[in-house]
Amino acid sequence: MSRLTAKFDALRADSRKALVPYIVAGDPDVASTLPLMHKLVEQGADILEIGVPFSDPMAEGPVIQLAHERALVHAVSLNGILELVAEFRTKDQDTPVVLMGYANPVERMGYDQFAERAGKAGIDGVLIVDMPPEEAEPLNESLAKHQLDNIFLLAPTTTDERIAKVAGLAGGYLYCVSLKGVTGAGNIDVDQVQTLMNRIKAHTDLPVTVGFGIKNAETATRVAICCDGVVVGSALVESVANAHKNGADVLEATTLIRDIRHALDAISG
Amino acid sequence: MSKAVDYASFPDKRGHFGPYGGRFVSETLMCALDELEAAYERLKNDKDFQAEFDQDLAQYVGRPSPLYFAERWTRETGGADIYLKREDLNHTGAHKVNNTIGQALLAKYMGKKRIIAETGAGQHGVASATVAARLGMSCHVFMGEEDVHRQALNVYRMKLLGAEVIPVKSGSRTLKDAMNEAMRDWVTNVDDTFYIIGTVAGPHPYPQLVRDFQSIIGREARAQCLDQTGRLPDALVACVGGGSNAIGLFHPFLNDESVEMYGVEAGGHGVETGQHAAPLSAGTPGVLHGNRTYLMQDDNGQIIHTHSVSAGLDYPGVGPEHSWLKDIGRAKYVSVNDDEALDAFRELTLVEGIMPALESSHALAYAKKLAVELGKGKSIIINLSGRGDKDIHTVAQIDGIQLT
Ligand SMILES: Cc1ncc(COP(=O)(O)O)c(C=O)c1O
Repeated sequence: MSRLTAKFDALRADSRKALVPYIVAGDPDVASTLPLMHKLVEQGADILEIGVPFSDPMAEGPVIQLAHERALVHAVSLNGILELVAEFRTKDQDTPVVLMGYANPVERMGYDQFAERAGKAGIDGVLIVDMPPEEAEPLNESLAKHQLDNIFLLAPTTTDERIAKVAGLAGGYLYCVSLKGVTGAGNIDVDQVQTLMNRIKAHTDLPVTVGFGIKNAETATRVAICCDGVVVGSALVESVANAHKNGADVLEATTLIRDIRHALDAISG
Repeated sequence: MSKAVDYASFPDKRGHFGPYGGRFVSETLMCALDELEAAYERLKNDKDFQAEFDQDLAQYVGRPSPLYFAERWTRETGGADIYLKREDLNHTGAHKVNNTIGQALLAKYMGKKRIIAETGAGQHGVASATVAARLGMSCHVFMGEEDVHRQALNVYRMKLLGAEVIPVKSGSRTLKDAMNEAMRDWVTNVDDTFYIIGTVAGPHPYPQLVRDFQSIIGREARAQCLDQTGRLPDALVACVGGGSNAIGLFHPFLNDESVEMYGVEAGGHGVETGQHAAPLSAGTPGVLHGNRTYLMQDDNGQIIHTHSVSAGLDYPGVGPEHSWLKDIGRAKYVSVNDDEALDAFRELTLVEGIMPALESSHALAYAKKLAVELGKGKSIIINLSGRGDKDIHTVAQIDGIQLT
């Protein structure tokens, strides 16, 4: 069984919600990423989403755009990130790691080569923001050879017909985009998320995490009620950036994840 | 050259030109693109829609644009007969308006009231602001901060036309970043907003519909050439930024096997220096802005900075249909450096009294060499995609002259 499936099964058995932090590899610098990953797990993260920096992050709001730019100053590459995850795996064999990014770095490496190296490094899934299922068939073939899940997005604009189609092709879990907008947007509407989740759940038994606009324990708990897990991106990335700017230890930023963990555990069980 | 390809049948249903094109966008936009595709499929054969488009092109844009025999320049060059397709004479001064008229009509028929657009040189922004003003729609134009400074005149033109110009401060602060930002706006306002993309790039169906709207250039040129010379031209030459004026000229000739086609990219300081905007000449395939195409990128798949004296060619990608035409050998892609383009700008101005856009000057510079190669008795059509008024500041600066 894949690490992702095992994780969601275990969470479900405990009636707990998955907490999925997102950070950008190499932000604010390369040396911080590995300690941050371990610290996030220590603070209660269930799955790690590691952003692969790209020069043109079309789906990101300003906070994560800047993180990509900071990381690229250090010339962080997909190759380097795979090595980093391999190192993470020497200490942590349980926490699923998902790479989240854009198509071009993967295209450049080549699908087969990417899948093989990612599998070896201990990656569990990939989420390529600008590769909808319609374009993903060749990549899926490569990923399948190495038991990697392709995690697809669903959005408020996704029709029921499409939800059924996408769910049929997805592996691991589905990532539900909470709102029409970019990452870090401030207009999350929990009632709308609930409506969307009802539509999604009518078509699939796969776990569904919700992301975009989850900033703190309050929004996380309100959203978590209707889904299997929450993704915390911009708020965490911003905390990392602030800690770095103020000369503080960037690991301090992970207290946000600890707080959300406590709040989530208080509503489950 | 491959035989018996029916060029008119591309792209396929999912927007692919061979391995290129497609629809590489985030999920939120997929339904908006489906909606656009359905509307376009319905309207492209709709009599009322086509009649309104044709009437706007005739009465608002001023079409057909002339096919002009550049007699003196031909004589001085001493080679093939050179004809200029005068897109510079269109309302707003470039070919861009053919496309914005078409897309704004689509927006109107789809009931969208808010227009967004990206722009580099500002020509597409001006053309979008123009049609939005006429149709009473609100217009928001994203423009890299760098370009806002380089093209101050067009920024002010857009503002006079009632558009809001939003300077984009991310990434390299040029056209590609403006396009990123326009996509972000569209994702956020997808219900009421129509995104008018300015070239044959972006996700399907944009490369197809922009091509179709721009193909009026080639259809007219083909008929005019037959009428004026009694035969087809031997070669077509057009500059390639994203590739809309080039595909507009090329497409109606693709099935005419005797007609050669040359797309001219921006060689900047020289392709060998790395400072250029010539992905077809020196790039590799990848995915950017919703389609697979040739790109300027590094070994890690990051998009690299481009350079061209002409802002309208300063783009690291190119329309997917060009990538395909390159691979199958139907069109050839070459490059011309900043200096050569500037020489052509001056030459056409002095010899024919026509001041070309710096973008179009790239096509002129290459065509001059080609005219000599082909020799007398042959003929070339150059797409004079725009006029040079917008570039006077740039040229004056290069001449060391300060215009107030
Ligand atoms: C006059 C002119 N020609 C050409 C271009 C390049 O665009 P494309 O390659 O899409 O024709 C531009 C873009 O701004 C332009 O203004």
